[in-house]
Amino acid sequence: MKGKIHSIETCGTVDGPGIRYILFTQGCPLRCKYCHNPDTWSMKNGKDADTEDLIKDIIKYKSFMQFSGGGVTISGGEPLLQPEFVIDLLQKCKSNNIHTAIDTSGFISIEKADPVLDYTDLVLLDIKSYNPDVFKDLTGVPLDPTLQFAKHLDERQIPAWIRYVLVPGLTDNEEDIDKLANYLSTLKNIERIDILPFHKMGEYKWEQLGYKYELTDTIEPSKAEVLKAQDIFRKYNLPIH
Amino acid sequence: MLKEWNGFELGDWTKHVDVREFIQKNYTPYEGNDSFLQDATPRTSKLWQDVLALMKDEIEKGILDVETKIPSTISSHGPGYLDKENEQIVGFQSDAPLKRNIMPSGGARTVKNALESYGYELDPTTWKTYTEYRKTHNDGVFAAYTTAMRKARHSGIITGLPDAYGRGRIIGDYRRVALYGVDRLIEDKESQKLSLEVGYMSEEVIRLREEITDQIGALKELKKMALSYGFDISRPAETAKEAIQWTYFGYLGAIKEQDGAAMSIGRVSTFLDIYIERDLKAGTLTESEAQELMDHFVMKLRMVRFLRTPSYNELFSGDPTWVTEVIGGMGIDGRTLVTKNSFRMLHTLVTLGPAPEPNLTVLWSVRLPKGFKDFCSRMSIETSSIQYENDDLMRPYWGDDYGIACCVSAMKIGKQMQFFGARANLAKALLYAINGGRDEKAGEQIAPKFAPVTTEYLEFDDVWEKFEQIMEWLAELYVNTLNVIHYMHDKYAYEKLELALHDRDILRTFATGIAGLSVVTDSLSAIKYAKVKAIRNDDGLVTDYVIEGEYPAFGNNIDEADELAIKVVETFMSKIRKHKTYRDSYPTLSILTITSNVVYGKKTGNTPDGRKAGEPFAPGANPMHGRDLKGAVASLASVAKLPYQYAEDGISYTFSIIPGALGKSEDERIANLSALLDGYFSQTGHHINVNVFDRETLLDAMDHPEKYPQLTIRVSGYAVNFIRLTREQQLDVINRTFHERV
Repeated sequence: MKGKIHSIETCGTVDGPGIRYILFTQGCPLRCKYCHNPDTWSMKNGKDADTEDLIKDIIKYKSFMQFSGGGVTISGGEPLLQPEFVIDLLQKCKSNNIHTAIDTSGFISIEKADPVLDYTDLVLLDIKSYNPDVFKDLTGVPLDPTLQFAKHLDERQIPAWIRYVLVPGLTDNEEDIDKLANYLSTLKNIERIDILPFHKMGEYKWEQLGYKYELTDTIEPSKAEVLKAQDIFRKYNLPIH
Repeated sequence: MLKEWNGFELGDWTKHVDVREFIQKNYTPYEGNDSFLQDATPRTSKLWQDVLALMKDEIEKGILDVETKIPSTISSHGPGYLDKENEQIVGFQSDAPLKRNIMPSGGARTVKNALESYGYELDPTTWKTYTEYRKTHNDGVFAAYTTAMRKARHSGIITGLPDAYGRGRIIGDYRRVALYGVDRLIEDKESQKLSLEVGYMSEEVIRLREEITDQIGALKELKKMALSYGFDISRPAETAKEAIQWTYFGYLGAIKEQDGAAMSIGRVSTFLDIYIERDLKAGTLTESEAQELMDHFVMKLRMVRFLRTPSYNELFSGDPTWVTEVIGGMGIDGRTLVTKNSFRMLHTLVTLGPAPEPNLTVLWSVRLPKGFKDFCSRMSIETSSIQYENDDLMRPYWGDDYGIACCVSAMKIGKQMQFFGARANLAKALLYAINGGRDEKAGEQIAPKFAPVTTEYLEFDDVWEKFEQIMEWLAELYVNTLNVIHYMHDKYAYEKLELALHDRDILRTFATGIAGLSVVTDSLSAIKYAKVKAIRNDDGLVTDYVIEGEYPAFGNNIDEADELAIKVVETFMSKIRKHKTYRDSYPTLSILTITSNVVYGKKTGNTPDGRKAGEPFAPGANPMHGRDLKGAVASLASVAKLPYQYAEDGISYTFSIIPGALGKSEDERIANLSALLDGYFSQTGHHINVNVFDRETLLDAMDHPEKYPQLTIRVSGYAVNFIRLTREQQLDVINRTFHERV
C-alpha cells in the first residue's frame, strides 16, 4: 500500500513512550499559525512510500523499541488524511508486536478514524484550544470534530496523551485552559498531558516556502507561564508532565 | 601465607602470578544503586582547587614547567608533592606537579623541537649524548625506511606513525605490584629467565633473555623510586590505601619511563574494591575515606603530562594521555564485575567535576545491573565524560580481564600488547586509484604507476578494481613500514617496566587502522547509485567531481550503502592479513581517527561523495555530518553493522545529542540513553562516545573559555577539555551532527 510521507526520525523520544520510530506523513487539513513543519501541509509535496518497505525498515529498530518500551508513532502532517495507508502500516506493526501510536489533531470523521484506531495502542491528541473562535482562528478549521474525537477515544477506551501548545496571547487564556481541563477531567482514558511551550524553530521553513509567518513578534512563554498553565490541569487531578 | 593476604580466599593465584583468579575468588559484585556514595571531603576539595589553579596557569603558558637536561627514567626525578600533608596518594613524574619530562630515546630532535616550541632549550650535553653517543628510535627507523615508505609518509596516505614518538598502547598489569609486591615479581622474572636456558640460542631466545634482564632492572628501579616517597613496595600492599598507592607506583614508573601516545592504566577499580571491602569490613576505613582515596588517585591520573610537539598536538589535540580505565563488564561465570568501586570511580566526575582523564570506559553488557546502567547514563548526561564499549561483543575474544588501551584497543591485562600502527588514509587511496597512483593535490607519482580511470563518468566496477590494486599496494607498504618501526622501537625504546608487568609469553597484535571510511563509502555509493562525472585538469589529473542524482549515504541504515562500508573494511583487512608481520604479531584493524580527521581532511583533495578538498573527514567510523538524515538510531544501526571480526582493534563512533532529544524528564532521558546503549550494543556496535549538551553551550565556551574550565567533550575514542582544542577543531566538533529533533 502506497502513501505520501515527509520524513522519518528513528530516535523519537517525545512522541509516546520509549524510543520510537516516527513516520511523518505528508498533508494536513489544518493551517496552524505556529506550525513548525509547514512543509508537511501540501499533499503535492513529499515522497511516495510503500508500507511493505516501511515495515521492513521499522523491524530493523525492534531491539531499540524493546529495550526502551518504545514503538512506532505516525505523525505528520495529519496521518488520518491517509487512513488506508496508515491502517495497513499499523496492522503490520501489530502483527510484529510493535506498540503503535498516532499523533493527530482529531480533525476527522469518526467513521474514517475508527478502522485506524483498531490498530492503535495510543493516541497523541493535539487540542489546540478549547475556545471555538480561537481554535478556528488558529487552525483554520472548527473545534467540534476534535472534541468528538476525544470523546470517542474515551468510549473506545483507547489511551490518549493530550498535547497543548502554549502560545502567549493566543492560547494562554486561563479561562479557556480551565474549561479544557474541566472537559478532560470527564474522560477516563487520559494518561498524560503535555504543555508544549511555543517555539519559533520552524519559522525559517515558512520563509523558505514563501508563507507569511504571523507570530514573528510573539515571544516564547516563560517557565512561570508554563507552570501556571500546568497548575490549572493539576487542579483537576490530571496527569500533567 | 603472607600476612598481607589475610582475609582473602586463597587459590592458585598465591602460587602463580594470576590477578584474574584473585579477583574472581575475592570480589563482591554490586547490584544496587548509587545511594551509598559520599561527597568529596574538605581535604579533597582543597587539593582539587590547587590543581585547578595550576591547570589554569598551564593553559595560559602552554606548559607549566619542563625538564631540559636529565632524561626521564623510573627513578631519575622526584619525589614531588602537591601538598604533602593532605595528599593521600602521592607521586609525580617529576619533582613538581604538571612538570614535564624529556625522553629522548624516542627521538632527540622531537624533544628539541618540542622544547623550543615552548621557549625552552635542550641542554647541549644531552643533545650531544643522543646525537653522538646514543642512537634513538627515530634514527633507527629512518636508517631503515625505504624510498616508498618516505614517500607515503610525506604524501599523507599513511600518517601519525609512531616513528618519532613512543608507540604506547601497552598496559602493564599494575595491580601485580599491589597484590604480590615487587620482590615476588622479580623472583618470577628470574625463573622465567632460567626457563630460557635452552639448547639452541635462537634470535628469539636471545632477545627475550635480554628483555627479561631489562625488566628485572626496571622492577628494581621501581622499588627505589617508591622508597624515595618512603614506601617499601618490595612486599604486597596490606591496606586499601597501600593497594591504591602501590598500583599507582607501578603506573607512575611506566609514565616516567615512557611517553607513549596512550598510557592506559587498565582495569583497576574492581581489583581495588577487594581491598576497600576488606578494610570497610574490618572497620579501618569509612565510605567517605574510601571515596577520598579514589579521588586522590584519580587526581593524580588527571595530572599525567608528556612533552609533545605542535605537529603532534595537531593530530591528537587537547594534550591527551589516554589513561584509560575500564569499568564494569560481566564475568564469564555470569556474575557482574560491577562493584561499589565502579561507582566510586565514576563518582569522581562529581567529587572532582568532569574531566577528560582518566579516560573512563564502561564495558557495557545488556546484562549489567540496572542500577549501574542508570547511574552511567545519568553521569553521561551530566558530564559527557564517559565512553562505552561492548563487553558482550569483546568477552568471547578477550575473556573477562581485558583492558582498553587508548580508545578502543582491547587487550588481556598482562598477557597481551599491541604494536600501534596509526592509520592509512583510505579516502586518499581511492583518489590514487582514480588517478593511477598519483597524488590528487601535487600530481606526484606516489604509488607505482597503475592504469588511471579514463572515462568521463566513473564506473563502479572499474573504480573498485583499481581501488583494490591500490589497497593491495598500500597494505603491503603499510605492514612493512610498521615492521620497521616496531623493530626499532623494541631495540631503542623498549618498554621494560610495562613488559615486566606482563607474562613471559604474550600475544602481540599488529594494529593497523583506517581513516576516511564514510568518505570512501559515500564516494563508492555515489559512483554506484548516482552518476559521478570526473573533472580533469590540464595535466589529466582528476581534481574534482560532479554528482548527478542522489545516492544512499552511510549512516541511514540503508543496506546498499552500509554494505559498501563493510566491503571496504573486509577487503582492506584481508589484504593486511596476507603479509608477514614483525614478531609474528597478530594483525588487527581499527576504524578510529582520534582528532586527526581534521588533519587528514586537510591533506585530501575533493572526493567523489561531494566533500570538498580540505574539509574534515568524519571522525572514526562516524557517518559524514549532515548526511545521516534518519536520526540517531539509524546512524547507530549503520555503524553497528561494521564487522568487529575484521576490525578487532576497535570501531569508534562519536555521538552527540541535545538533552531534549533524549526525552522530556530526567528519568526519561536516563531510561532512553540506557535503552539506546542496549539497542546499539545488542546489534553488535563496538564503541560509542556519548555527548549530551547543546550546541549553544559549545559556542559560548568558544567565546568565553574562562567560564568553562572543566567542560569535557568526547571526541573520537577519548575525551578532551573543550577549551584546549584549537579553534579549527572546536568548529569541527560544533559542525558535526547533533541529534536534535525534538
